[in-house]
Amino acid sequence: MAKAILYDSTLCVGCRQCEEACSTRWKLPYNDKIAAEEKISAHKLTTIRTFGEKFSRKLCMHCIDPACASVCPVAALQKTAAGPVVYDETRCMGCRYCMVACPFQVPTYEWNARLPKVAKCDMCSDRGKDPTRCSEACPTGATITGERDAMIAEAKKRLADKPAEYFQKIYGLEEAGGTSVLVVAAVPFEQIGYSTVAKAALPQYTWNALQHVPDVAVMGSVLMGGIYWLSHRKEDVARKEGRS
Amino acid sequence: MTNLIRQYLWKVVFAGLMLAGAWATFVRFYWGLGASTNLTDQFPWGIWVGFDVLCGVGLAAGGFTLAAIVHIFNIKSYHAVVRPAILTAFLGYMLVVVALMFDLGRPYRIWHPIIMWNPRSVMFEVGWCVTLYTTVLMLEFMPAVLERFGLVKAHKALKTVMLPIVILGVILSTLHQSSLGSLFLIMPNKMHPLWYSPMLPVLFYVSAISTGLAMTVFESWHSARAFGRQLEFPLIQRITRVLAVTIAVYLAMRFLDLYHRGALATLNQPGMERWLFGLETVLMAVPMLMFFRERTRENPTAIYVGVVLFLLGFVTHRLNVSVTSLERATGVSYLPKWTELAVTFAIIAAGFVIFRMAAKYLPIFEEEEKPAAMRVPGLHDSGSPMLVTARGD
Repeated sequence: MAKAILYDSTLCVGCRQCEEACSTRWKLPYNDKIAAEEKISAHKLTTIRTFGEKFSRKLCMHCIDPACASVCPVAALQKTAAGPVVYDETRCMGCRYCMVACPFQVPTYEWNARLPKVAKCDMCSDRGKDPTRCSEACPTGATITGERDAMIAEAKKRLADKPAEYFQKIYGLEEAGGTSVLVVAAVPFEQIGYSTVAKAALPQYTWNALQHVPDVAVMGSVLMGGIYWLSHRKEDVARKEGRS
Repeated sequence: MTNLIRQYLWKVVFAGLMLAGAWATFVRFYWGLGASTNLTDQFPWGIWVGFDVLCGVGLAAGGFTLAAIVHIFNIKSYHAVVRPAILTAFLGYMLVVVALMFDLGRPYRIWHPIIMWNPRSVMFEVGWCVTLYTTVLMLEFMPAVLERFGLVKAHKALKTVMLPIVILGVILSTLHQSSLGSLFLIMPNKMHPLWYSPMLPVLFYVSAISTGLAMTVFESWHSARAFGRQLEFPLIQRITRVLAVTIAVYLAMRFLDLYHRGALATLNQPGMERWLFGLETVLMAVPMLMFFRERTRENPTAIYVGVVLFLLGFVTHRLNVSVTSLERATGVSYLPKWTELAVTFAIIAAGFVIFRMAAKYLPIFEEEEKPAAMRVPGLHDSGSPMLVTARGD
């Protein structure tokens, strides 16, 4: 089974240890100024966001059927069997369709680089099944890593054990067809910065149209050839009559 | 005297646009996309995609539309339009590739989709279609060049394989003209309901057909002003009739789609979306009504005005799809930086000048075929089935 992350907003105290641990993964600078930037960017792949006394965490959701991987024309983004959605920068030509397509607005770009790359969380895919650096760094257990099924069970248990403390829904269970990052919180998710997205896996929306490409090619050839044959018949006949 | 002034004025304007474009090019490739665009992580596509690519490909749609009308459907009266249309298309696609080189973060990898496949990606399909179709256009355009240099044998050889090439061109165009709309299907939640629709591929395809036709009229008018070569007026009148119908079909589909999705209710919501939607609709509906009126079709200037209005409406729709529709959900208000505009205008200006040169030095507008157009159809058409007919054929 695949690796997943469970983030519990009710346990999060906003200490930003996850942010700092993440910066070590990518060898990115981390200081007070960067800590204060509450948005992800090419130099900050996860962030804590403050909503009054509540916190939320933004990172790549690692969709089960990711829009970014489906739209990438060179397959630079891939959903691995182990769970993470990973990026191969040697393939990327920089069309940024992944950024446009992502329903969670996750992939970011090195806008100021002469030869830029896309940047996004890869769920510490270098560590295999082991917990991510952000999970390890979290002092309160707000972010934990485990099998997706186990994380769903854990989330359901928390919602059932303390129904008064949780908004009774798991974000990521069905969003965009299901994600490998799951979120539980005390309030409706849109109040703490999580966007409302379709329940269906997004690549299906494209596939509904794209699947007809072979049909158009075949039907188009037959139609065009047929129309040509019919529309030029008069001339064929005229030529034959002229000859005989 | 005024002619002289006009001539110099345009040269100065062109030089200015090219200089600005050159400086913008330097900014783009030396300091990167961040310095040269107003794009952000929230808004990664701007006018280089929305105008240069999406509109550029649409404006070049006349190539396949007229190739199909004349060579497949065998409607000979349109024959004189094929060459300018194919020239526009060939030129258009080359310029789209140039624009793409500006927009891609790593333009030197533009060939990657040829060996790195992802058949689930619309962009992958568009990339392949555009590459193949540009090759097709080159072959379709070759006869004009071969004729110019009197290469009769090569011309004849090309003619024998032209039918499959034309059919391939029509199919590739059908695929990628519609797929430019499919690019946006992945964003059902991000796009405003006035523009997101499962019908986008069909709407893009139908609007491209009208635009391809409109561009031929637009070019003929400019060619006439530049050096007196143009399409014959009865032909232009016929094209405007067809345009009226194709625009009507497009608008009917567009509004049926909006109605079925219940999207018209969003017109009650305040915001700029409804105004830009209104602008797009007016810029298409007005020329359509104009073209249905006989009085417009009798007046070359009125036809030109109508065509320009329609082209503006087409551009507005595509910019609305690629820019306006995404502003609300992403919380970004995007306006292009001067460098983005400078590159775009330099590319347009280059397109005008290259087209002008080609129309001047190559047999593009077949004015000397006037007697042919007056022939009674069917009476003199007993010759070989014409594909790309040689001059004086």
